Amino acid sequence: MKVADNVNPNVYEKGSLREVTKSDLDEELKDDFDQREIFDIIRNISDPEHPLTLEELRVVEESNVIIDNENNLVHVYFTPTIPHCSMATLIGLSIRVQLLRALPSRFKVTVEVTEGTHVSEHAVNKQLADKERIAAALENNNLVQIINQCVRSV
Amino acid sequence: MAKLELLQSINAHKGIVWNVSWHPNGNIFASCGEDKVINLWSKENQGWAVKTMLVDGHQRTIREVAWSPCGNFLASASFDGTTAIWDKKSGQFECNATLEGHENEVKSVAWSPSGQLLATCGRDKSVWVWEVAGDDEYVCEAVLNAHNQDVKKVVWHPSLEVLASASYDNTVKIYKEDQLDSDWNCVATLESHETTVWSLTFDKTGERLATCSADNTVKIWKEYKPNNELGVSVSKESSWKCICTLSGYHTRTIYDIAWCHHSGLIATASGDDIIRIFKEAEDSDQDAPTFDLICKKYDAHSQDVNCVKWNPTANNELVSCSDDGQIKIWKFLDE
Repeated sequence: MKVADNVNPNVYEKGSLREVTKSDLDEELKDDFDQREIFDIIRNISDPEHPLTLEELRVVEESNVIIDNENNLVHVYFTPTIPHCSMATLIGLSIRVQLLRALPSRFKVTVEVTEGTHVSEHAVNKQLADKERIAAALENNNLVQIINQCVRSV
Repeated sequence: MAKLELLQSINAHKGIVWNVSWHPNGNIFASCGEDKVINLWSKENQGWAVKTMLVDGHQRTIREVAWSPCGNFLASASFDGTTAIWDKKSGQFECNATLEGHENEVKSVAWSPSGQLLATCGRDKSVWVWEVAGDDEYVCEAVLNAHNQDVKKVVWHPSLEVLASASYDNTVKIYKEDQLDSDWNCVATLESHETTVWSLTFDKTGERLATCSADNTVKIWKEYKPNNELGVSVSKESSWKCICTLSGYHTRTIYDIAWCHHSGLIATASGDDIIRIFKEAEDSDQDAPTFDLICKKYDAHSQDVNCVKWNPTANNELVSCSDDGQIKIWKFLDE
């Protein structure tokens, strides 16, 4: 078996569950997506190399999620645990797939590496922004199986 | 006021509709997409309706379809790595030839104006030129490895055997066959876009080219021959120069661009769900032209617009398709 890029990553505590408020249960209320809800969709994605979630590795953080309901934009920055992580594209792809599956199609989703945290940041971002390459990748059964493993626990 | 009037909206495919192609007679168009089906649409009394469905031709997404100039053949390029050629010599449409050679996804296919040559390109970074050698026979004339990344689109000059390709490597390349040794060569590289160039379109003369990119700009390029009046220095036989950049109009990737050979209008398809129409100003300088945005159709589709094509019969009809599974037929009105 291949040895993980980062054999001993820092592990952080999980945040608490979102508190359900009275207005959450009010069906009459117009309820836009907020930052926390987007974060909840992606926090439990598993890392492809460790039995840990992206939240526990601080690959994704609530503060790195930007949502603009008015213009239907969602922007997620993710932070690879080490700058030469070879799994960065796969992690980005898993986040993107999970958001595409969970969010209404009106949203334009952008997934990018947090600035300055990966050696191939530009190349990874370019690949993740190319919907044609994403579409082709998602027709690759082996890759889809790996992604489904990562998003299974969500 | 110029406007795009919606003539018809069709739930055309399951999933993404990647491309549409007009038959040269303008009464039929083909569409393709994620569902691996090619639909042929024709105009009935009640509007456009599906006439034929071509299934089982490809194993994966069909990225592009293209009618031959004579209208008897339809080529389809697929992520399964093959290009299929369909015709109805037997009375109904059948796939009678399959072009194999690309290592993986084929992303674009185009017929030369004479219909004697075919070009394909794909993720393996190559552009292939095929010759129609006889009934259902296609021979590879050249494999061009000028790009160093994924090649997104191939388009032929409207009247000459000159080929242009757009790539993920941010450039556009122009190819010609050398008359002496009949080798195909890259004769020009057009560099100015900051990221992936998704599509390109020649004007009716073939002297100008419009390109669109993920950098959210459209660029207009002009070919300069040696000893041109402007004094543009020319290496080899000609040079292509960027003479206009349309920036600040699009807010997301521009996936397709179409230059109408009758009206001169340029239409764009963008990831911001908008179709835009640009018109060259009347007093436009040929070497530094001005294009005005004369029409902006917000929410043309509910998701990314992937392709726009002008009807070839000069009736100002435009067809578009989208990630939302729909095809829309529009009429451009300039009142």
